[in-house]
Amino acid sequence: MSLFNRPATASVLYDTPGPKARARYRLFGVLSLIGVAGLLGYVFTALADNGQFDADLWDAFQYNTVQQRIVDGLLATLEAFGLAALFSLTLGALLAAGQLSDHKPVRWACTAFTQFFRAMPLLILIVGLYYAFFAQQPMWALVLGLTLYNGAVQAEIIRSGVNAVPRGQGEAAYGLGMRKTQVMMSILVPQAVRSMLPTMIGQLVVTLKDTSLGFVITYHELLFVGKAIASQPINAAGFPYIPVVLVIGPLYIAMCLLLTALARWIEARGRRGANRRTSAAA
Amino acid sequence: MGFLFEDDNFALFRDGFLQTIEVSALSALLALLLGTLLAAFRVSPVPVLRAFGTGWVTLFRNTPLTLLFFAVTFGLPPLGVHFSHLVFAVLALGGYTASFVCEVIRSGINTVPLGQAEAARSLGMTFGQTLTMVVLPQAARTVLAPMSSVFIALPRNSAIAGAFSVGELYSAQQTFSERGYSIFAIFFWVACAYLLISATVATFFRFLESRLAVAR
Repeated sequence: MSLFNRPATASVLYDTPGPKARARYRLFGVLSLIGVAGLLGYVFTALADNGQFDADLWDAFQYNTVQQRIVDGLLATLEAFGLAALFSLTLGALLAAGQLSDHKPVRWACTAFTQFFRAMPLLILIVGLYYAFFAQQPMWALVLGLTLYNGAVQAEIIRSGVNAVPRGQGEAAYGLGMRKTQVMMSILVPQAVRSMLPTMIGQLVVTLKDTSLGFVITYHELLFVGKAIASQPINAAGFPYIPVVLVIGPLYIAMCLLLTALARWIEARGRRGANRRTSAAA
Repeated sequence: MGFLFEDDNFALFRDGFLQTIEVSALSALLALLLGTLLAAFRVSPVPVLRAFGTGWVTLFRNTPLTLLFFAVTFGLPPLGVHFSHLVFAVLALGGYTASFVCEVIRSGINTVPLGQAEAARSLGMTFGQTLTMVVLPQAARTVLAPMSSVFIALPRNSAIAGAFSVGELYSAQQTFSERGYSIFAIFFWVACAYLLISATVATFFRFLESRLAVAR
């Protein structure tokens, strides 16, 4: 294979397969297909043998009240996520500005704040806030906990984005007589945000997933609702824990994949045309 | 602040601390082994294995860890799988982290320039030699930084195990709250314990980075 004519699937690990290698790959392909199919089949029969696909275990989902509770749980999850996303991006921007400040005390305070909340387990933070301030309003404990942790992470992302903008950009702006605020607001931050947007949305996916911690502090979000549905024995068939997981799991996965798709789309847009250089700098 | 040294509080705190380390260490081991295997699947020339690896990563990376704990703790016993809560926690946390480890290793392998492997092959190196002497040593260096953030996040995530009946630091925090000690004092000590753990992991990875550093 010549240097300028690599196949699209060229891999650092394997040479382009010849006839013998292709036959071997086919053999491995068939064997692993049997293996994977066997594994999935085993899981499926184990579930079926156990009666997890019996209609009466799934009965619960036919009731309008149960469906309504799932929708309400979904909305509660989205509400907490929306607020946490908004607040964490704001806090992240403020902390990043503080960390890049020229005033030493501000810089130290913001760096210490960021590092502390980045190192704290979110669950400990949320439960601490819940017991200390928000025993009556679990949603605000969840939102504030998510904001503090994700704000700290977003701050680090924004800060590294600003630092990754080529130095000449800032120097040229100072050379034109701009003040620090102007350099930041009209030169550095727009470029940093453009190159860091996919990473920031990636962190928003983490925020969305972490709203499920509201489960622990009895905030009525999707997972909490799921557990409530699963733990009431509606009939003799038992507790529909597995059906609930099979219903809620895909909802979470779909929401996260949508956000990830948005990040990919923005990344692809950023790579187009004149923006190419700034995204390569990241 | 002093409540920690009254009665048997310190024993409870110490046990929680050790249990957190145990859960994290076992999950880290599982995640490393499973993640490497999945990464091997994802870069293999066999489409079925690649699809399996991609499917696993998509599934586990986009599911909240709390939901995974929920599924393992409540979903497996009805199927006749009975382990201790610790094993369930390790399965959930290890399976979740494995998907991140897999992505880190795969992207590390992809950053090795194609010419390196081509040069190795043209020198007549076998697949094993190419892998162990050319590709992996280069991939390992680029992998270290993202790998360290995965393994710093792991002990933090292990706190969720406490909400599913594993007696680690989070459940120690719960017990102390029930005993009525000041929430701020409790938070202070638990925070110290977690900061200690993540600082240790970070130091370990910085040591590895300095050992493996090479001038390019």
